[in-house]
Amino acid sequence: MPQKNKQYYSLGVDIGSISTKAVVIDQNKKILARAYLWTQGDPIQAMKNVLKTVREQLQERPGRITWVGATGSARNLIGSILQAEIVKNEITAHAIGALTLYPKIRTVLEIGGQDSKIIIIDKGIVADYAMNTLCAAGTGSFLTSQSKRLEINIKDFGSLALKSKNPAKIAGRCTVFAESDLVHKAQMGYPKHDIIAGLCNAVVDNYLNNVGKGKKILAPIIFQGGVSKNIGVVKAFEKSLNSQIIVDKNGHLMGAFGIAVIAQEQGTKKLFDFSIQDVEFRTQGFECKGCPNNCEIICVLKNHKFLDGWNNRCEVGMAKAKEHFDK
Amino acid sequence: MKRKKTKQYRLSFPHMGNYHITFKTFFKALDLEIVIPPPISKQTIELGSRYSPESVCVPFKYNLGNYIQALDRGANLLLQAGGGCRYGYYGEAQKHILENLGYDFEFFKLRNKRNPINIIGDIHKINPKIPFYRVLKAFLLAYFKGRCIEKAEDFLRKNIGFEKKKGQLEKQFKFFLSKLDQAETFTQARQLTKKYLRIFENIPILKPKNLLRVGVVGEFYVVLEPFSNYNIEKFLASKGVEVHRFITLTGLLNHSIFNGIIPNHEVNQYLRHAKPFLKYHIGGHGTDSVGKANELAKKGFDGAIHIKPFGCIPEVNAMPALQNISKKYNFPIIYLSFDAQTSDTGMQTRLEAFYDMLTMKKNATKK
Repeated sequence: MPQKNKQYYSLGVDIGSISTKAVVIDQNKKILARAYLWTQGDPIQAMKNVLKTVREQLQERPGRITWVGATGSARNLIGSILQAEIVKNEITAHAIGALTLYPKIRTVLEIGGQDSKIIIIDKGIVADYAMNTLCAAGTGSFLTSQSKRLEINIKDFGSLALKSKNPAKIAGRCTVFAESDLVHKAQMGYPKHDIIAGLCNAVVDNYLNNVGKGKKILAPIIFQGGVSKNIGVVKAFEKSLNSQIIVDKNGHLMGAFGIAVIAQEQGTKKLFDFSIQDVEFRTQGFECKGCPNNCEIICVLKNHKFLDGWNNRCEVGMAKAKEHFDK
Repeated sequence: MKRKKTKQYRLSFPHMGNYHITFKTFFKALDLEIVIPPPISKQTIELGSRYSPESVCVPFKYNLGNYIQALDRGANLLLQAGGGCRYGYYGEAQKHILENLGYDFEFFKLRNKRNPINIIGDIHKINPKIPFYRVLKAFLLAYFKGRCIEKAEDFLRKNIGFEKKKGQLEKQFKFFLSKLDQAETFTQARQLTKKYLRIFENIPILKPKNLLRVGVVGEFYVVLEPFSNYNIEKFLASKGVEVHRFITLTGLLNHSIFNGIIPNHEVNQYLRHAKPFLKYHIGGHGTDSVGKANELAKKGFDGAIHIKPFGCIPEVNAMPALQNISKKYNFPIIYLSFDAQTSDTGMQTRLEAFYDMLTMKKNATKK
């Protein structure tokens, strides 16, 4: 039976290399459901898991999901599985997310699991951005691996760093150097919290020297992404930039939130079906062998039928892959 | 060059964009068999990087891959040019690597400080029995064909994203190339270009009013060889962007005409455009990148893309100056580095974000 005041929701999924995020918002851009889980190298399973979490949170709600957007490094794969109309890069998603909540923002700092970016905003539109290239030094996964080495729960990392009065100096330029510096300092007898505070400073230095190089960082500044939950890094940023830094309580979900907003604004309505959770999806490589490029096409199969593929340089390969899997 | 009389030479050279047509036209004058290496593919770069020093800039790896594939097809005389950066050492290093691999060949390298006259002179030395005027004539025809290709490519870059029916321009362009390859005289080449440019123009094009115009600047090789920059121009075109590019082979030759007669002529020409952001030459093509970006910013382009092989010193030198241009004119530039990896996801993410940003900017100013 059709309801009169029917509500329509928008689902945003952000599948990063380390974590998978999902957010459902209503038409007033209020977050109704959220999920944050580890990707664990299996984006399809991670997507199913976040959908499950989100569905549970939505049970009491009357509305239906009519827009779907996907972002993050696995956006093409998940986008085609979810049949998302909007599949966009995470830089745009983060910018829109931040701008929706804080329209006056000038700078967005973002540090995620494997990447970090800076977005400069001028009069409410993106004016410039940069993203780390080649190297994951100073990102979330670096902090996680170092906290494992020091046998500290990553959740306590930030609060421990705040205890330090004399942070150890740790080279932040390169993960390998930082690690040998860290081992060296630890063996010299530095207390753990000083080392941790040193690591936080190293992340910030690396970020500002690398991603933030040549960019004018103006207040108000917002810091988001998984690492924004680390209070030690936040404080290090505040000290280094000499300015207050906004950290939203949903800062780690901002990419998913942003893509949900974009989907709502740009997409057309199409009912989303949660039963996709129960469908079997599988990815498989296919070597074209049609020319010396020998493209390895990554195909995603829905119930053993070809759904979509990537990595081809020409149309011939895709047609061959489709034929191969559909026969 | 001294050589035994009986040896039959089969000459080869590395690929760069569509310029093999130009090179072939030039070297044909030498009366030698010419082996054109197979088009650059994943196999080329795999071969090239397997035998190259790991940290060398990526054009070296592509060149080496081309050489190996050409040698395997029977080439025994390899050509290499040189320039004002690491490129000047490419020839020596590649020769040694290939010799260590056990190939039997001769290697011929042009001077680093080039101008059209010494290029012709150097090439003539390969087969001095040929009258000089024939080499000169072949050079001129090759230069002319180079211009023809560049004209057609320029048209394609600016229009291919806006075709009503996708793929037509590229199809016609391929016909054009294969016919231009056959052209023997200036008249033929000129008429052919005229004819095909008319065909191109008659292909229906639909350009939006508020289209984005983006310039591509950066290192010579990765700008000119689409495989090495993951077809960045095609990607931009597919998004509906008008792509402008200035670096061409004949442009490089034009700049170098007075090299040797007027000291630092080529460099000074580049520096003129790069002022006030550069005071001194920064090596290779870096100065030119700054100059071109400066021009783009002044002309009101929407943005620029700076591309370079990873570790390219001249272009790394150019980056601080480019950042200053960015700041002064509020002109967005993104920087991309390329190496031998073949996944283009990272590049696409960044370009897509760049495109989104430019679009948002444009829409905001329109209002």
